[in-house]
Amino acid sequence: MSRTIWPPAFLLAAFLLGWEAMARSVNKMFILPSPTSIIRKLWELKNPLFLEHLPATLAIVVIGLLISIIVGIGTAVWMSLSPSVEKALYPLIISSQMIPIIALAPIFVLWFGYTIWSKVVVTVLITFFPITVNTFDGLKSGSRELNELMLTMGARKQDIFFKLLVPSALPHFFSGLKVAVTLSVIGAAIGEWLGAQAGLGYFSRRMMTQFDGAAVFAPIVLLSTIGILLFLIVKWLENRMLKWRKHK
Amino acid sequence: MSKQVLAFQDVSFSYQDQQQNRSIPVLHSFSTQVYDREFITIIGASGSGKSTLFRLIAGLEEPDSGSILINGKKYKSRLGQTGYMPQKDLLMPWRTIEENAALPLELRGWRKKDIEEKVRPLLEEFGLSGVEDHFPHELSGGMRQRVSFLRTVLSGSNILLLDEPFSALDAITKLSMQEWLLDQWDKRKATIIFITHDVQEALLLSDRILIFAEKPVCSLQEVAVPLARPRRLKDLDDPAVLELKDHLLAQLRGKVGT
Ligand SMILES: Nc1ncnc2c1ncn2[C@@H]1O[C@H](COP(=O)(O)OP(=O)(O)OP(=O)(O)O)[C@@H](O)[C@H]1O
Ligand SMILES: [Mg+2]
Repeated sequence: MSRTIWPPAFLLAAFLLGWEAMARSVNKMFILPSPTSIIRKLWELKNPLFLEHLPATLAIVVIGLLISIIVGIGTAVWMSLSPSVEKALYPLIISSQMIPIIALAPIFVLWFGYTIWSKVVVTVLITFFPITVNTFDGLKSGSRELNELMLTMGARKQDIFFKLLVPSALPHFFSGLKVAVTLSVIGAAIGEWLGAQAGLGYFSRRMMTQFDGAAVFAPIVLLSTIGILLFLIVKWLENRMLKWRKHK
Repeated sequence: MSKQVLAFQDVSFSYQDQQQNRSIPVLHSFSTQVYDREFITIIGASGSGKSTLFRLIAGLEEPDSGSILINGKKYKSRLGQTGYMPQKDLLMPWRTIEENAALPLELRGWRKKDIEEKVRPLLEEFGLSGVEDHFPHELSGGMRQRVSFLRTVLSGSNILLLDEPFSALDAITKLSMQEWLLDQWDKRKATIIFITHDVQEALLLSDRILIFAEKPVCSLQEVAVPLARPRRLKDLDDPAVLELKDHLLAQLRGKVGT
């Protein structure tokens, strides 16, 4: 672990140093703020950022992800149980990804107003796809031979589902969840840009109109941090639940 | 040795090939009987239908006509009536060795405590103590086969169907596994039907050998092995056995009669 962390850490440090040097030489802080000025801004704005906007965005991300997980798993299981449902839904789910969600988002503001739900819908729309498709593929990946072997032991349908299909799907589900978690932050930010009264995405955009470069970046740093932390949580859960893979 | 545990009565079976819309005949009006505590081996060329025979016995396929009796009874579904050990070890990679072995008990609704009481001593007997909490990929091929066999034994059936269990093992491991299997066969008071490609293995292990020579199998060739038990490897050098071996090899190549 400690060895694998050094190369990216080194690269990041080099990048930040380069950025700092560049920003100082350009010297237009409202367009290109330096990393140190962003951090200073983060500290200055700590009260509104951490007490008001971070909780607002976090609520969208968490609610959106929970809905995506429930809807995604539900849809995947439903499709895996019935081939006709699969035939009807699968193409729709794939084509739903062709819809430019950013373009649709204003409609959600129309429907749900400035409530949290207009943002949650955007988050759900972009995160349920990786969860659904991966979980579904995982449920399909259960080995046919193991299925037959369990039948010869007298297994019932639900035994095969819980003891074969679910364990086979779990690694795929986690891959999907890792993608979804990173997308959820983007979804929340997009939702907030298009209509919100609080939130990190909203705050960043408002600062844009005030030509305050550092204040544009400060909430983005927080957004990225949320994404990274969520990813690490999922990774930790994955390692705990898929112990057998760690031994490999 | 008189109780019948398995009987085929005029069984015919063919696979339906959906794409080319033709049927592949495997068995044609095939009859045989297997008696309690026998050790039967089935030999035959690749693709001759050995595994299909097991799929029929285990209930994964249904005969087109004729019937298959298990312990004298004709079941509506034979699933769950036999212990089937497939060609690959097919252990679940996400289950520990103990959990893998315990699968058939779990499926029959045993409680955790009872499972542990039953499985622990058997793991020990099967030379698997110390690895019960390991995962399958951490074990050698021979050990995985033993887990797979233990799982088959724990199905609780008196009929064990073993599909080429040792074909992937090296010669030395194979030899010790064969001895060990005979030992288990004796202890478990089971009837074993054993598929192999290896004529020598068939001669060393079994009471009777069934040979898939022609396709479809109208009359399966059947030979009794003229050796007492316990057998040792050098018993196979006996002239009568050598002659039998030549006969079997000739039949496998399709040249019936010597
Ligand atoms: N599901 C299936 N559908 C159609 N044909 C099949 C199917 N399974 C097997 N067959 C065909 O049936 C024949 C017998 O197959 P089987 O697997 O029983 O042979 P085998 O004797 O076990 O061969 P091996 O020694 O290679 O394991 C083969 O010709 C095979 O191609
Ligand atoms: Mg086979």
